[in-house]
Amino acid sequence: MPVAPATGLRGKDLVGIDPLSAGEIQLLLDTAEQMREVAERPIKKVPALRGKTVVNLFFEPSTRTRFSFEVAEKRLSADSLNFAASASSVEKGETLIDTARNLEAMQPDFIVIRHRYAGAPHRLARILKASVINAGDGAHEHPTQALLDALTIRLHRGTLEGQVVAIFGDLQFSRVVRSNVLLLSRMGAKVRVGGPPSLVPPGIEQLGCEVYHRMEDAIAGADVVMMLRIQLERQSRVNFPTVREYYDFFALTPERLKLARKDCLVMHPGPMNRGVEIDSRVADGPQSVILEQVTNGVAVRMAVLYLLAGGHGEPVAD
Amino acid sequence: MSRLLIRHARVVDPSQRLDEGRDILIEDGVIARIAERIDGKGAEVLDAAGLVAAPGFIDVHVHLREPGFEYKETVASGSAAAVAGGFTAVCCMANTDPVNDNAAVTEFIRKRASEAGLARVYPIGAVSKGLDGEEMAEIGEMVRAGAVAVSDDGRPVKNAQLMRRALEYTRLFDIPVIDHCEDHDLVAKGVMHEGPVSTRLGLRGISAASEDVMVARDLILAELTGGRLHVAHASTLGAISRVRNGKARGIAVTCEVTPHHLALTDQAVADTEYDTNTKMNPPLRSDEHSAALLDGVLDGTVDCLATDHAPHHADEKALEFDQAPFGVIGLETALPVTYDLLVRGKKMPLSRFVALWSTNPARIMRLPGGTLKVGSPADLTLFDPEARRTVDPDSFRSASRNTPFAGRKLRGWPFMTIVGGKVAFRRERR
Repeated sequence: MPVAPATGLRGKDLVGIDPLSAGEIQLLLDTAEQMREVAERPIKKVPALRGKTVVNLFFEPSTRTRFSFEVAEKRLSADSLNFAASASSVEKGETLIDTARNLEAMQPDFIVIRHRYAGAPHRLARILKASVINAGDGAHEHPTQALLDALTIRLHRGTLEGQVVAIFGDLQFSRVVRSNVLLLSRMGAKVRVGGPPSLVPPGIEQLGCEVYHRMEDAIAGADVVMMLRIQLERQSRVNFPTVREYYDFFALTPERLKLARKDCLVMHPGPMNRGVEIDSRVADGPQSVILEQVTNGVAVRMAVLYLLAGGHGEPVAD
Repeated sequence: MSRLLIRHARVVDPSQRLDEGRDILIEDGVIARIAERIDGKGAEVLDAAGLVAAPGFIDVHVHLREPGFEYKETVASGSAAAVAGGFTAVCCMANTDPVNDNAAVTEFIRKRASEAGLARVYPIGAVSKGLDGEEMAEIGEMVRAGAVAVSDDGRPVKNAQLMRRALEYTRLFDIPVIDHCEDHDLVAKGVMHEGPVSTRLGLRGISAASEDVMVARDLILAELTGGRLHVAHASTLGAISRVRNGKARGIAVTCEVTPHHLALTDQAVADTEYDTNTKMNPPLRSDEHSAALLDGVLDGTVDCLATDHAPHHADEKALEFDQAPFGVIGLETALPVTYDLLVRGKKMPLSRFVALWSTNPARIMRLPGGTLKVGSPADLTLFDPEARRTVDPDSFRSASRNTPFAGRKLRGWPFMTIVGGKVAFRRERR
C-alpha cells in the first residue's frame, strides 16, 4: 500500500530519520522529485528561500555533502555561510554550544551541521531557534543521505515497497546504515544488512533489518546492493585483519554481484575505497547508480530546506 | 553537659532489631537512652513525630574533588551536600590532584573535613602510587592517618599482580580493597551501555562483559589471598551473580549498587536525547541488568547502596556526549530515589532499607556508626517517609548540579541530620 504523503513536516528540525513518519518521508521524496526538475532548467534557480540565511557548520571534513548542501541552497536563492571547524574558534577551545549561540546571534534561519559526535545536532536543535539539519552525526544518523538513496531507488523501481535492499560493510561506525535501515524499513522495503561479524553492532536488527554475515547470502536475489565505506580512520587494529583480507571476503566484485537480481542497482554513499569494499569494475559498471545518488542529493537537500521553511504545494513556480 | 531529646520518632535500628515509636536522649554527643517516654528536663527537645529516626546513613563511595578540582566540589560543599541528603558520614575516593596516595593528603582531607564540621569524612587511599596501577602506595601510612579502605576508583587496578598483592597486604589492616571493575581494553572508547540503544543512538558501547571480566578476576584473587574485596558500583547481571556465587563459596566479598543504576536504564540516554547527565561509568545498563541489581538488593547479595557522587562543572557537562566527563552527583537525591523505589515500590521493610544505607556500610568499612546502641556516637538520620518534593538542582548544597533526577517527584526526604549529637542539617517541615 502506498503511503499518503504528509502535508508538511511536524518538527522545526531534521535531526534524523527516526523521528519522521512514513508520510513525512513520502512528502520529502515527492518534493525532491519535483526539485530535480529545477536542475533541468537553463537557469537553475528558484526564489523559494530568498532572504533566508543558511549556516553550513561542518566540524568534520566533507566535500560531497557540503557541496551538495551549498548547491541546494544556491538553487533555492538562500544566502549561505560556510563554517569549517579548522578555520574557526573551535580550535581555540570554544564549545559547540558557544559556537552555535554566537552563530545564532547573527540570526540564521537554518543550521546545517556535520559533527563527529552523535547527538550534537540534537543538542543544537534543543537550544536554537533556527532549523537544524543533521548532515551526519558520528555513527548515528545521516538523514539526507538516506533520503537521496531512497529517491534513487524509487526513481528506478517506482516504489520502495517490497524492494530487497542489501547494505553491506562496516555497520559499527556507519551513520548511513542506521538512517537507511530506518527509512527503508519504514517505507516497506526488506532490508538486509551485513558485514564482518566484528563490525555488527548489537541489536541492529531492532532498527528494522535482518543481519547476515556472509556477503553471498546477503546479496542473493537482492534488488539493490548498497556498499558502505570502510572507515579506515575509525578502526582500531583488532576489528578485522587487513584490507587485503577484507576485499577477499567482503568486497562487491562482479562475481558476487551475479548472485543478485540481474538488474540489481549498485549504490555507494562515497567516498569509495576502490579495491577495498568495492571493485572498480562494479563501481563503474552498468548497474552502478553511484553518480545519480550525488545528483539526487542536491534535490533531496532542496526539498528538506524548502519543507522546513514551511513550504507546501508547488515549490518550483516562479 | 549538652542534652538533646528526640521525641516521638519511629526508631528503626537493625543493629538492635528495633522498629518502634521511641524517644532518644543524646548526651554529649552519644546515645544515652532510648525508651518509650523520656523526661526532657534540661534537654533541647526536637519533635520528630512522623519521622523515621535511623542510625546515620553512610555513603561509602563519593568524590569530594578536593584537593585539585575545587571548581567541581570541595570537602566543605560535599559534606554540606551529604548532611542535606541525610548522610552523617561519607568515604571519599582517592582520585584527587594530588592523588590521595600518601598520608599527607589523607591528613589534609581530614583537616578540611573537621574545618567544615558537618559530615564525618573518611578518606579512601589509593591502591597504587598516582593511580597508575603499577606500584603499591603507602597503604599502612594512610591507614594510620585515617584511611578506611584503598581503591584506585575511577580506574580499575589493571595489574593483576598488584591487585593480588594489595588484597594480601591489606589483611594486616583489615580494610577492604575496593575495585572499580572494568577492563579498559574491552571498554575501548565506549560511552554508554552496549546494546540496542547504543546502536540506535550511534554511540560506542561499553559491554557488560567489560565489567564481568574484572569482577571474575578479582573474585579469583580474593579467594586466593583471603583479602577483603569490595566491588564498587556493581552494574551488571554478571557482576551480581558472580558476587552471589563468591559469597556462597565463602569468599570475603561485598558489593555496592548505586541509586541511579537501580532507578534508570540506558533508555534514559535516548529519552533525554543525549543528556550528558545520563553519562556515567559504569553506564546505565539495560532492563535485565537493573532488574538483576534489584534482585541482588532484595536477596542480600548487595551489601549496601552507595552514590558514587561524582560532581562535574556545568561547563564540562555542556559538551557533546562523547566528550563530556563520566559521572553524576547523588548525595542529595539518594535517599528519596531509593526509598521510593525499594520501600514504596518493592515493599522492602524499613529495617532492611536502613541496613543497606547504615548498618552494612559501617560494617564493611569498620566505622563507628551504623547503630543507635547506648554509648554509640549520636549520628542519626531523620527522614519523612511521606514527604513529597520535586528534585530541584538549584537547591543543592553540592557545588555541582549534574543529576539525572532533576524534576522528579519523590517521597522519603531527609528532614534532620545529626552528627555527634549536633544538628548538622534541618529542613523546614510543612
